[in-house]
Amino acid sequence: MSAEHNAHALEHEHPGPLTYAKVAAVLTILTAMEVWVFYLPAVRSMLVPILIVLSGTKFTLVVMFYMHLKYDHGAFSRVLIGGVFIAFGIFLWILALFTYSLPIPLSIS
Amino acid sequence: MTEAALHPSYPKSGLWSWLTTVDHKRIGILYGVTALILLCIGGTEAMLIRTQLIVPNNTFLSADTFNAMFTMHGVTMIFMFVMPMNAAFFNYMVPLQIGARDVAFPRLNALSYWVFLFGALLFHTSFLVGHLPEVGWFGYANLTTEKYSPGMGTDFWVIGLQLLGLASLIASINFITTIVNMRAPGMTAMRMPLYTWTALITNILLLLALPVITVALAQVLFDRHFGTKIYEPGEGGSVILWQHLFWVFGHPEVYILILPPMGIVSEILPTFSRKPLFGYSAMVYATAGIGFLAFTVWAHHMFTVGMGPWATAIFSASTMLIAIPTGVKIFNWIFTMVGGQVRLTTACLFSIGFIAMFTIGGLSGVMHASPPIDTQQQDSYFVVAHFHYVLVAGAAQGLLAGIYYWFPKFTGRMMSEKLGKIHFWLNIIGVNLTFFPMHFLGADGMPRRIYTYPSGMGFDFWNFWITMGAYITAVSGLIFLINVWTSLRNGEKASADPWDARTLEWAISSPPPEYNFAKLPTVTARDDFWHRKYELKNFQPEGPAHVELPNPTAWPLVVGIGLALLGYGFIFGYALSFIGVAITIIGAYGWSFAKFEG
Amino acid sequence: MSDASHAEHHYTSLGIDNRKLGMWLLIASECLLFGTLITTFMIFRHHSVSGPSPADVLDIPITSISTFDLLMSSFSIVLALYAIEQGNHKLFRRWILVTAIGGLIFLGFQTYEFTNFVHEGLGLSTNVFGSSFFMLTGTHGLHVAVGVIWLLSLYFASLRGKLREDAALKVDTMALYWHFVDVIWIVIFTVVYLFVYV
Repeated sequence: MSAEHNAHALEHEHPGPLTYAKVAAVLTILTAMEVWVFYLPAVRSMLVPILIVLSGTKFTLVVMFYMHLKYDHGAFSRVLIGGVFIAFGIFLWILALFTYSLPIPLSIS
Repeated sequence: MTEAALHPSYPKSGLWSWLTTVDHKRIGILYGVTALILLCIGGTEAMLIRTQLIVPNNTFLSADTFNAMFTMHGVTMIFMFVMPMNAAFFNYMVPLQIGARDVAFPRLNALSYWVFLFGALLFHTSFLVGHLPEVGWFGYANLTTEKYSPGMGTDFWVIGLQLLGLASLIASINFITTIVNMRAPGMTAMRMPLYTWTALITNILLLLALPVITVALAQVLFDRHFGTKIYEPGEGGSVILWQHLFWVFGHPEVYILILPPMGIVSEILPTFSRKPLFGYSAMVYATAGIGFLAFTVWAHHMFTVGMGPWATAIFSASTMLIAIPTGVKIFNWIFTMVGGQVRLTTACLFSIGFIAMFTIGGLSGVMHASPPIDTQQQDSYFVVAHFHYVLVAGAAQGLLAGIYYWFPKFTGRMMSEKLGKIHFWLNIIGVNLTFFPMHFLGADGMPRRIYTYPSGMGFDFWNFWITMGAYITAVSGLIFLINVWTSLRNGEKASADPWDARTLEWAISSPPPEYNFAKLPTVTARDDFWHRKYELKNFQPEGPAHVELPNPTAWPLVVGIGLALLGYGFIFGYALSFIGVAITIIGAYGWSFAKFEG
Repeated sequence: MSDASHAEHHYTSLGIDNRKLGMWLLIASECLLFGTLITTFMIFRHHSVSGPSPADVLDIPITSISTFDLLMSSFSIVLALYAIEQGNHKLFRRWILVTAIGGLIFLGFQTYEFTNFVHEGLGLSTNVFGSSFFMLTGTHGLHVAVGVIWLLSLYFASLRGKLREDAALKVDTMALYWHFVDVIWIVIFTVVYLFVYV
């Protein structure tokens, strides 16, 4: 019984359409900013960090609000963070290995 | 008396009952029996390999056939013996150890078995059509491209592995959910049996490592059939990428193979020492540590590739680091026995054998961790010695220990201790004679994966005796199979708790009833069953009269067939794949709308 | 079933639903799947020896629109979930259909984009950029397509009155999948498209 009650209780804690709409608005603005920044020559040298921050924020908003991680049991957050952490770690490491160790191959005809 | 509320058409025996089962115990048996059959196939391949190498310049097998043999042997033993045997124990024992009635997703559980079976069948279809893969179990690019390995053989390898991987991935979601969310009341994480912990960590490794090889294999498939350039160096692709992606999966894979047998040993030694596991918490942390570090060491398989000094040094350091938690486990097993009342049953003998053999394999592993030393050892028989020690003398002995230990629980019969001891001693002699001299051959420079060697290089003597060792090991295996067969038919009947053990699976009958526990136990201590027997002096009371169990169903089998056809289509014609997809979709719908219970 | 066995039947260690946990685990696994595809792309995007390069073909304005479309479909699906949590099947069906249409529009954009690229000389087998690009976006597109089929299945199940038991949970689980597919696109849009000149 307690499990069902818990599950229902959690669902009642979920935010309503207004919160969702606000998140949607912010996501729209962030996307627009990403595209705008892309076209802005002045910040071209800083493009990568700026885009990482903007995309990272979008990612976090969807995950926390739409996927309810902010409101749900911590176990779900741990699962996602674990997966993201391992993925990031491995893939950054591989990218580093490819960027710094290997020469760009010559064409072989 | 508790009665399981079984669906009126619940088949209790016969082929259909097995094809539609969703009971974790039956699925465990399916995995176990299939794994033993495949062990025999993989073992035969090993005997063929060793017979070819018994004397120099032998012509027993052609070079191509030899290459096919070591390819099939490797894939079979890893993916179709150790992994499904591990799955057999996960299936049977995990719900019992945590006090549950089944796994989280019983039908998905059945699906993972069917996909595994069809993967194994697809892989062995290569024998039927006479086109075997010859690329090694690790299939380095670009040997695997269509240009250098034309024909179906390599496709069997690619698609077979994809199906086998999918089976394990599905199972991993099941077991993690089960262990995290279906433990009996009062069973906190630190009261779980250590075997359950190793099952959890292993399945987390599977969940995260398998997708990497899924993509890498898909890239090989696409390169072969759709002209993609991922592994084409001439087009800007990179064969090194394959090695990275393969080993990012491959290294966690070896921990996936070894952690469950370590868990089994961690259950057996306390029982036969009449002492709790020494340093339980340390064992848990060590297992978790090994699991995490498993993702940080992969390129130690690539020391000779030329990654540069920084990368090589970092991977060397992390590899040496992983020896620490491993060492903790070895000491804790030994200290479990010290001061205990040790009973040397066959299961206990194999567990002790595991510790000794795994230590030897671990030592050669630590040697490999040093890049300068590894530069000589890479691709030599030294590596072959290392991994066979940890896997055959190690993991397989752990699994055998598990079979001797839990056989009474699965079957209600005891195995013969007499035959078991003969098996053990022959096995120990056999595996040591087979694999120890391989260190010498490797140090003397004999390369791996060569189908023959010339005389006069100093390889003749040991190759001959290694092959003798292999034959002795095969005989020990036959004795084991005879023991299984005769014990099933005439073995002494087993009580619920024949070993006076410590964990919950021994609180119920041998074999358990369909519903496992009449009433789900409330756990108040680690080794709760021991606690009840000797401290509380009470067993669990009678339970409710009526337990609902999930309905058996054929839909998982249907989906499995669909996925298998999808796979076969890549090899024999895409029309099959389309049919397979259609069947999968139909199966998925049937499954969603079928009644789960009642 | 007696009360005691009913309680026993629904007991869970953490008080969460198995199916929801299962979906999150799948998502964690898929992080690794897409991570591998994205990494492969990032390694190879400028390594082609012939054929079009990213700057030659990638169209930021069009892809911005499809990105926005997918983001809004995440919004519509949370509204669908909210509706079914309130027990309002009619409203649920409206929003789930909107989501499915959003997904179809996204797939339409992808088809348009892929066809254009092929006309401009970039196919799966043209060069290593094409290979890694199409494998990444193709896998993502396949995930969207599976999602659309799933959304429509929920729609029709509701219409036929078959979405009764655990309706909110089933939609919640599906929504997690859909959001994840959207989140992966957020990453792809940045790393593939917006990094085109990086």
